[in-house]
Amino acid sequence: MKKSTGRGRVVSAVFIKDLRIEARSRVVTNQVLPFAGLIMIMFAFALDNDDVLQRVAGGLIWLATIFSLFVIVQRSFAIDTDDSALDSLRVAGIDLSAVFLGKALALTLQLVALDVVLIASAFLLYQVQVSAVGIVLLVTCVTCATTGLGFVGTLYGGLTAGANGRETLLPLLLLPVVAPVLIAATRATEAAFGSGGAATSEGWAWVGLLTIFAAVFGIGGSLAFGPLIDE
Amino acid sequence: MTSEKVVDFNEVVIVYDNFPAIAGATFCVNAGEIILLQGPNGAGKTTLLRACAGLLPIARGDASVLGCDLRSDRSAVRSRVGLLGHANGLFQDLTVLENMSFWSRLVGANKTDIDQAMDAMGLSGRLSETPVAKLSAGQRRRCALASLIVRRAQLWLLDEPHAGLDAQGRDELDATLRAARDAGATVIFASHEIERARALATRSLLVTAGTVKTA
Repeated sequence: MKKSTGRGRVVSAVFIKDLRIEARSRVVTNQVLPFAGLIMIMFAFALDNDDVLQRVAGGLIWLATIFSLFVIVQRSFAIDTDDSALDSLRVAGIDLSAVFLGKALALTLQLVALDVVLIASAFLLYQVQVSAVGIVLLVTCVTCATTGLGFVGTLYGGLTAGANGRETLLPLLLLPVVAPVLIAATRATEAAFGSGGAATSEGWAWVGLLTIFAAVFGIGGSLAFGPLIDE
Repeated sequence: MTSEKVVDFNEVVIVYDNFPAIAGATFCVNAGEIILLQGPNGAGKTTLLRACAGLLPIARGDASVLGCDLRSDRSAVRSRVGLLGHANGLFQDLTVLENMSFWSRLVGANKTDIDQAMDAMGLSGRLSETPVAKLSAGQRRRCALASLIVRRAQLWLLDEPHAGLDAQGRDELDATLRAARDAGATVIFASHEIERARALATRSLLVTAGTVKTA
């Protein structure tokens, strides 16, 4: 007879599993990071104007993050669907909302690592500057935005996991949904960088929006993930 | 052996993409039985196994598995069954031991359970540290079976479990299924290896064109 399984144990098992597979396969390190870095470099070449680059740096960081999100989400669910492990998870009789949380946390951590590199490249390529207060805003913004993207990415990744043409369907469905994150995170990052004379204090309202987005998709995703996977 | 009904299907219809993959199946499986599902490709054996695991909705008829009504709440039965389909349900980048540890952690099994399952399927030693992607098809099947053993399911649902296994692996699988039965589990499996499967099974059911008859 099986023992009942704690939710926390499932969350940690899925979280560790996803990160261990990434550490082993190095898809994010060897493919997604260079891809995101290339986007930043291509923008630098395309705009080729320090003033413009400094003004739009925030937007470029979050555009590169969202493009990379599609790749990471596809990968995150490919490891579960390649050998029908997702079916095995369904039959294991575990709380699928715990699977959602484990996968979302692993995705968030990978996005944080990605954003650290993207922000560092913005300092290097676009010569952006940030004050001490701006750093606090930037860290909070990255935390809230990546958490929201982790939740929404996992929810939509689960939704498209079994669908035909999921590679193209995911960006199509996800892009409109993450638009609020793109706008809010860009504004908050611009405030942190002081782009176009923006004050740091202007960024906190946008961080509030990012927090609400993360909360809505965290709660909604926990409730909807199981039924979506089942369908 | 008791005569408690583990599976009780009455005029069950399962619709798949607007097509009745199972069209009025009526059969019972009692506790402690090892049931062989025979039938040609596309007859509905896999659909039947997945329905018993609570993965497919029942369109019409009455269906209960381990006392759970599949029409009202098919998720309730899932923690009590183990399903091995055509795919193995393993993570290719993880080692055998890491896969086993993951599944055992989900179901609350301990290290002793893992060791016993790996011993039973001949996966101890150096093989346990090998990534699944580097295993042969037969070794992957063994690993999938070991992860099933560790779940200690009351009802085992196996789709072509002998596929890909060598002679030794098949013997070990048969012994494992008999041991599971002796420990109180019930087994339903589909197989095209009729001779070996009949020797293992206590009863056979014939699945043809979405219906089930006693073979």
